[in-house]
Amino acid sequence: MSEHTQVHTAAGDLVPTPGQTVGPFFGFALPYERGHELVPPSTPGAVRLHGTVYDGAGDPVPDAILEISQAGADGRVHGQEGTLARDGMTWSGWGRCPTTRAGTYSFTTVVPGPVDGAAPFFAVVVFARGLLNRLFTRAYLPGDDAALAADPLLSSLDEADRATLVAVAEDDGSLRFDIRLQGEGETAFLTYPRHDA
Amino acid sequence: MALTDDTVREPSDDEVFAPAPSPLDVPIAEQSEISEEISRRHAAARPGLVQPAVDFRPYRSSELRHPTKDLRHADPEGVELFSPVFGHRDVDPIESDLTLHPAGEPVGERIRITGRVLDGDGRPVAGQLVEIWQANAAGRYVHKRDAHPAPLDPHFTGVGRTITGADGSYDFVTIKPGPYPWKNHRNAWRPAHVHFSLFGSEFTQRMVTQMYFPGDPLLPLDPIYQAITDQRARDRLVSVYDHDVSEHEWLLGYRWDIVLTGTHSTPMEPEEGEH
Ligand SMILES: [Fe+2]
Repeated sequence: MSEHTQVHTAAGDLVPTPGQTVGPFFGFALPYERGHELVPPSTPGAVRLHGTVYDGAGDPVPDAILEISQAGADGRVHGQEGTLARDGMTWSGWGRCPTTRAGTYSFTTVVPGPVDGAAPFFAVVVFARGLLNRLFTRAYLPGDDAALAADPLLSSLDEADRATLVAVAEDDGSLRFDIRLQGEGETAFLTYPRHDA
Repeated sequence: MALTDDTVREPSDDEVFAPAPSPLDVPIAEQSEISEEISRRHAAARPGLVQPAVDFRPYRSSELRHPTKDLRHADPEGVELFSPVFGHRDVDPIESDLTLHPAGEPVGERIRITGRVLDGDGRPVAGQLVEIWQANAAGRYVHKRDAHPAPLDPHFTGVGRTITGADGSYDFVTIKPGPYPWKNHRNAWRPAHVHFSLFGSEFTQRMVTQMYFPGDPLLPLDPIYQAITDQRARDRLVSVYDHDVSEHEWLLGYRWDIVLTGTHSTPMEPEEGEH
């Protein structure tokens, strides 16, 4: 093991390797066929989770890439092997989608079920050119106001921040979740315990 | 691995062009100004930070693309405590050798990059996906928007994938990437690097980074690398030349270990047949 991996934080953890930007040239490497389809579009109950990624000037970000992780419709959190090989039958609970030149993304998936009664959400991670480290966030399902009000994270946020984490039910049945990296309506991004040195 | 049309994402018909970026209202900076900004930021930074500053102006593209509010603390729950599952259905073993091309050998310095992926407790991250991508020996990417006037190599795509072993180890054979120019400032050059994408056993451990090569004279000048304000933290992205990894009359060896953040749940024992 190299010397640098033996350094510990004050909390006793090994010091993590720093992140870096995904850069502009991931387009030939990270996206893969049907990566944005957690289920085939013809699946009964299939829903689109989509939106636009914006920068601090309100311009769309055409070179971002998003990943989502989610429970199945039954609230099951275990995916199966076959995350990259999309055979149309395996539920992996994970997807990857680069933004288009208009800054938009779209996943085809199912609505996640509640895990142990908690308000269901899509776990989201964002990478982009110009963004020096990944950003984590959550896209909560709209509708169940009682569950959202009881959620520990949402109830720790003010109204404006809370609104950035709840997807919008569109008339066509899809879920819209826009991401604002900076400025007005800036998305609430998350850190987890053991992320801080 | 042959690059097929499938692996390059074409915009669909309903996609529209984003408006052209407005011209910069400030003249393009010289390296000396960028270096001066970097020095000032380093001097003002709290020592011991392990991650890059996301609001690092010397990297001009970061200006409008970083959050201005603090990250909110969340206790990971549900899916955040799990990671996608990858296996040999997903990744062919030959994908870890970027020098294999059906039409012939790529040009450049053949190298092996090997190391281990560990979590915050020092445990190996086993059976997880590692993805890499890089420029060729001339500093050119197989990417439509790479306009660097350097030659493409018909025998090199610069994309690799592998699944870590039981001890967290990974291993790639590739070509040493060349430095390449970019438009951050005048005469800006990225140090030679390989992009790495890593998964842990939890969603919270997901990370993407870049691996550099020891002794690269461009490292002190590069605002992306220097966005990590602590020297010891920066050093963690530089691989080590390892003569024991080098092979007689064949390739040069580099070793680079990667540490992810710590997990939050007790990991389950791997099941039979998992790896
Ligand atoms: Fe690069």
